[in-house]
Order: sequence, then C-alpha cells, then structure tokens
Amino acid sequence: MTLKKIKELLNCRLLCGSDKLLIDVKSAKASDLMSDVLRFSGPGKLLLTGLVNVQVIRTCDIAGICAVVFVRGKEPSAETVKLSKDCDIALLTTNLSMFDSCGILHANGIKGVIIDSKN
Amino acid sequence: MRGKAAFERVFRIKGGDFINAGESSIKIRNILKDIGADPDIIRRVAIAAYEAEMNVVMYAERGLMKVIINAKNITLKVEDKGPGIADIELAMKPGYSTATEEVREMGFGAGMGLPNIKKNSDHFDIRSTLGKSTRLEMIFNLNGTYD
Repeated sequence: MTLKKIKELLNCRLLCGSDKLLIDVKSAKASDLMSDVLRFSGPGKLLLTGLVNVQVIRTCDIAGICAVVFVRGKEPSAETVKLSKDCDIALLTTNLSMFDSCGILHANGIKGVIIDSKN
Repeated sequence: MRGKAAFERVFRIKGGDFINAGESSIKIRNILKDIGADPDIIRRVAIAAYEAEMNVVMYAERGLMKVIINAKNITLKVEDKGPGIADIELAMKPGYSTATEEVREMGFGAGMGLPNIKKNSDHFDIRSTLGKSTRLEMIFNLNGTYD
C-alpha cells in the first residue's frame, strides 16, 4: 500500500516528505518504546507512535524506517520535523487513536512486523 | 582493507544530552555504509551502538565510544564515567530498568537496551565498577563480507 493511501485512510496531515507518498509500505509497527522499535527494521516499514521527540526520528533512522504516523493528534516540534527532513523520513499526523489507526491499517492489508519473542 | 591497518575512530558522548544523543551512532553507521559493509552488519552495529550511546546519555556523566574496523571484524568499545551497575546479571534481564520517569517518557528505559546489544553482537562483554564506570565491548564478525 502506498503512503498516500495510508494518509487517506487515517485522514492524516503530511508534515514532511511529500516525495515519499508513493513508497510501498508493506508492514507497520505501533510502539512508544524505542528499544522495541529497534527490534524491527528494513525498508518500506512504517511506525505509528504517540511520541514526538527528536529521538523517535533518530531511532527510525537507525532502524531504517521510512515513515512515521503520530497518533492522537500529536504535533512534533520544528526540530523534530527538521531532523526528519535531514534523515529522509516522512512524517504524518492523525487525530485517530493508536488503536483505531492500527485497526484501519490492518483491515486494509497492512501486516504487523513479526518479532521473534525469544530475542 | 585486508593487509591495511585497522581503522579507528573515537566519539565523545555527553551524559544527559538528549538532543544530540544518537549522533555518534549515526556517524558510525555512515562510515560503515561508506566502506560498503554488508547491510545486515550495518544494521546490527548501528542498533548496538545506538543502544550503548543512549545508555551513556541516560545514566552516565560522559563516555567514549570507539569503533575499530579491520578485515575480520568491527569492534565497538564504550566506556563511561558514571554510577556503574550494581548487578550486571539483573541489568541484562529483559525488562529490568533503573531509568528515570523523564527517560521513560522519551520512549527509552524499558529495560531492553543491554539485551538488544547482546542480541545484535557476535561477542558481548560488560564490566562495571560501582560508582565509577561501565565498559562494554561488542564484536561483529564480518565473515568475509568486507575485504
């Protein structure tokens, strides 16, 4: 599914990364724990989170995540948006809750990331 | 790289500096990209470096992170000046954390940092002197992927 379609489904506002809207997103992760985010990585992955600090972007950069959706209408600081642009990560924000956002994406075919629980 | 001297670089980490936290790890990741290291190795080194760097920022006064690259492996050494760890076995347990509320609100301190470092490295060693310092050594085998 393209990021553009995700933007429409979650009624998101794009904060940066308009050139990323045609990225094919295959799987997503919803978390407010950064160590958890680091346990999944790779191209074409999306993060849904309620955290908006700059460390979210650095964590996504390390994990190779291409786009972030901030849930519950969270607004990142200008600093966070600037770092996202520097790191080539698209940022979107939705007024939907984490639960509803995940439900809508899952119902439309986005899969969760499988994490080996032994690790 | 084979036959050449090992590449070394040292990065300074400032405790409590959450704005710049992670920059050293990203520089290390970029060095590995520049030399054409295997993407899986880059990912594992970057994650381990980032977790280790965040630990210094979260808990210590200051620290140094050294990266050494030779034909066979990549070594990360992190040494901090800080409170040390009273019980290393407990600190290695997933979910155990002594992080402050401020750190947790930023999404860190969930007790997965050290287990994540161990999981991503081929060799992991941790030593600590209570009230003084903590030292980590992580080695990542290149398995002939980098020459």
